[in-house]
Amino acid sequence: MVELTIFALGILLIDLMVPREWKWINAAGAFVGVLFAALCVWQIQSALPRGAAGFYNSLLVDRFAIYFWYLFLAGAAVAILMSVRYLDVEDEHHGEYYSLLLLSVVGMMCMAAGIDIVLIFIGLELMAISTYVLVGFLRRDRRSNEAALKYMLLGAFSSGIFAYGLSLFYGLSGGTNLVVIARAVSAPQNLHNPVVVIALLTTMTGLLFKIAAVPFHQWAPDAYEGAPTSITGFMSVAVKAAAWAMLLRILVFGLWPLRSVYTPVIVVVAIATMTGANFAALTQTNTKRLLAYSSIAHVGYMLLALVAMGTSQPGSPGFSDGFKGILIYLLVYTFMNLGAFAVITSLRQRNVIGDEIDDMAGLYRRAPVEAVLMLLFLLSLAGIPPAAGFLGKYYIFLSLIESGHYGLASLGVLYSLFGLYYYLKIANAMLMRAPMETERLPVSLGIRCAVGVTALATIVIGVYPEPFIRGVNWSLGIVQAPHVAAMVR
Amino acid sequence: MQSHILSIILFTPLVGALVLLFVPKESKDAIRWIANIFALGGFLISLPLVPMFWAQRFEPGFKFLEGTPNNWIPSIGAGYNLGIDGISFLLIMLTTLLGWISILSSWTAIEIRVKEYYVWFLVLQTGMLGVFMALDFFLFFVFWEAMLVPMYLLIGIWGGPRKLYAAIKFFLYTLFGSVLMLLGILFLYFHHHTVTNPQVFTFSIPELYKTAPMIPFHYAIWLFVAFFIGFAIKVPMFPFHTWLPDAHVEAPTAGSVILAGVLLKMGTYGFVRFSLPFFPAVVSHPKVQSWMIGISLVGIIYGALVSLMQKDMKKLVAYSSVSHLGFCTLGIFALNSMGLSGSVLQQINHGISTGALFLIVGILYERRHTREIAEYGGISNVMPVYATITMIMFLSSMGLPLLNGFVGEFTILQGAFTANWRWAAWAAPGVVLAAAYLLWLYQRVFFGTVTNPKNEKLHDLTPREILTFAPLIIMALWIGLYPKPFFQILEQPVNQIVQTIHDNSNSNSNAAVNAQVAPAPSSRPKASN
Repeated sequence: MVELTIFALGILLIDLMVPREWKWINAAGAFVGVLFAALCVWQIQSALPRGAAGFYNSLLVDRFAIYFWYLFLAGAAVAILMSVRYLDVEDEHHGEYYSLLLLSVVGMMCMAAGIDIVLIFIGLELMAISTYVLVGFLRRDRRSNEAALKYMLLGAFSSGIFAYGLSLFYGLSGGTNLVVIARAVSAPQNLHNPVVVIALLTTMTGLLFKIAAVPFHQWAPDAYEGAPTSITGFMSVAVKAAAWAMLLRILVFGLWPLRSVYTPVIVVVAIATMTGANFAALTQTNTKRLLAYSSIAHVGYMLLALVAMGTSQPGSPGFSDGFKGILIYLLVYTFMNLGAFAVITSLRQRNVIGDEIDDMAGLYRRAPVEAVLMLLFLLSLAGIPPAAGFLGKYYIFLSLIESGHYGLASLGVLYSLFGLYYYLKIANAMLMRAPMETERLPVSLGIRCAVGVTALATIVIGVYPEPFIRGVNWSLGIVQAPHVAAMVR
Repeated sequence: MQSHILSIILFTPLVGALVLLFVPKESKDAIRWIANIFALGGFLISLPLVPMFWAQRFEPGFKFLEGTPNNWIPSIGAGYNLGIDGISFLLIMLTTLLGWISILSSWTAIEIRVKEYYVWFLVLQTGMLGVFMALDFFLFFVFWEAMLVPMYLLIGIWGGPRKLYAAIKFFLYTLFGSVLMLLGILFLYFHHHTVTNPQVFTFSIPELYKTAPMIPFHYAIWLFVAFFIGFAIKVPMFPFHTWLPDAHVEAPTAGSVILAGVLLKMGTYGFVRFSLPFFPAVVSHPKVQSWMIGISLVGIIYGALVSLMQKDMKKLVAYSSVSHLGFCTLGIFALNSMGLSGSVLQQINHGISTGALFLIVGILYERRHTREIAEYGGISNVMPVYATITMIMFLSSMGLPLLNGFVGEFTILQGAFTANWRWAAWAAPGVVLAAAYLLWLYQRVFFGTVTNPKNEKLHDLTPREILTFAPLIIMALWIGLYPKPFFQILEQPVNQIVQTIHDNSNSNSNAAVNAQVAPAPSSRPKASN
């Protein structure tokens, strides 16, 4: 984390000295910073096999945290690749962009590793404020300004409610560490304590806002649509992953004794999220907005896994498959969503914004490779095997079946059909409609790398997911017997 | 080579698709040649399977096993496990043959985006073969769903006027069934884990065969429904058939051939491979069985009646598929060895005859770009060879003795009669109606004088077109005249399934089930091969 901060500040300095045509050095610096940070994470992983706490027990660098750190860094790396030419075209190529990107990753890392509510909040705010600015980075674009303002106001409001909830937990437990809070709320009479319930609900409001669950999702479509496309991609994967890390830390590590209270709430929210998002996405004509609603729908599926976890015993298949499901879902989601946004980013040319579905018409002629890979991403988002997205859905539905929620499972699979419809709307436009212009679409090297890496990841994880599942098992501390046909849970 | 022949057959089309990616899209003829070589190669590579399988046809279990359970994704319990028995062997041979014929028939039909067409077609071929070969449920599901994508693209890019509507209807409708089936698969998988000792997670189908019949009835009935919806949409059974006319009519000719010839068989294959052995108590329950038979009978009669009234040739053939596959499901749910083996054989027959029917319609469409029956008349005067071939395949489709359709339909009716004579009585008019709509179609299009001046200059079949029909005619005659080898191939797996149902049947008073394990009409001596 410290390395990233140093790199971020360094970029700010370099940016002052670098002339306009060489602005890509900022991007290169940021990319190097991300790689260097990944190297440092790897060092931490090797040096501390069982994790360690730091900063007065406010930070727990365990395997769960390390998994998310890798995820954030991967998301940031691909986002940087996507941004370079995009910012050139938008004429907003400033170093602050990359600095803010790196600083938001620092905030995310605090959210994932923090087990003290103060540190979690600091991380949350650091990430959020950096992201607010990034969303509004296109200073001369009205939509971008509006998006940033909406995001900031709603975000600040929800952060306030979140902080209120956390403060109530502090009052109940006398400490700010999640371990202390968990102990304090574990007494059975607390389940009926109105203060506890209010604290829980207000805390959850903040958490659900960040992951954009219905009914706290209103900021997402506007923020996603108005933001620079590369930031939209970054927000939809990294910010979401960080928000989920925070949610899992607080609800599962910290407030687990209250699961009988929050699980019913999550059920309602999950159903509302899937319903609202899928229906809303059906009529969208703007690809970024459509992917925003699809993001919200995916959150709905992941919330179902949380339901499965909340109604199972730790160690039972329902619990571990649910937990694995959320983590794997975030992994595959990172790559497939970034890939889709990378293709949308490539459509931004000098004279065309490129974020309507009509702009994708006939992409098979103008950029055949990108069109086919976009099809891959869309199918993966819909959950069609052998693309990676199926793996996430597989685990989520498996965990629902294992915990006995057959109705929710049926609802979930039916909603994924909705998803296919609106993803195919984009695919239809790309592959089946006649193109409006037939010249080649110039795609920058950075975007080509981004699309290539994400497509490769989507295919590899889909066809040979074994190492990745082992990685998730490792991060959750699930032991695997060496025997091929049996699995100890 | 024997140990890997299934993988070789499976991936040859995919290799062809990858090779095609490197051919520049402007050299259309090169693309066509390469695609056809790989398609024909795929068929020729599957031919060695015939003598090898023939030698082992009476041995129980799956043959040509490849891979082991759980070797692909041990953390989940999924394995790259292939294997075939008599039922899948016949379907695989049908797939490789029809795949080649379809690709051959597209030579002049597809002029735009030729490279993409052949690439997706070859990918589709691999997907279909994978479905029939997979012995692991996860692998099966991957192929099952993956196969929808190329079909969707084939309809949506190279289809008729309403292609976009038809393509997405096909995809969504079929996917709806598939995802419900996924839930069923997951339940079976989890159930296997809870009842095995030591607890094992696996998707291996032979393993699941052992534990699935133990599922309590009130759960099994729901699982049966979940699988049923998935397969019934594919078959398609009434009332889940509404995607079929649109998809078939709007698809390009080769797409329709492969859709009718192979994709529809996956539904019936699913019933035979999964629904029957996994849920024997549910299937043999009198009420469930009656419902299944009832839906099949409705499909037969309704499909035939609707075909009778069609004005579009392709739609007529599409609805005839509903009717014919109603016979197949009738045979399956009769739950005796005659019905079941007749059903599988009829599936092969349907692939041959309906594949040919779509090719026939495609020939006229390519020349005149219309499928309206009213536009034609007296074609036999202008295209005599075509008229002859058409008559042969029409007779095959309607079940005239000496051709393949008769053998299948007769056996199915025999099986249905043994189970309950009323079922056969209701199904028999379907044969009459099939003759009605096919002969009436033939009369309107071929007999008489040439009514439409535009038809006077139509040229007869080219050698390439004759070549696409030749294997189908040969097979139709072979199965019609000498079906014994086919019944011998089917004997072992069919008896196995019927035995499973009998062992787990929950109603011993069910006459349908008790009239099983009758010797298949092969009259082979009891001694070994």
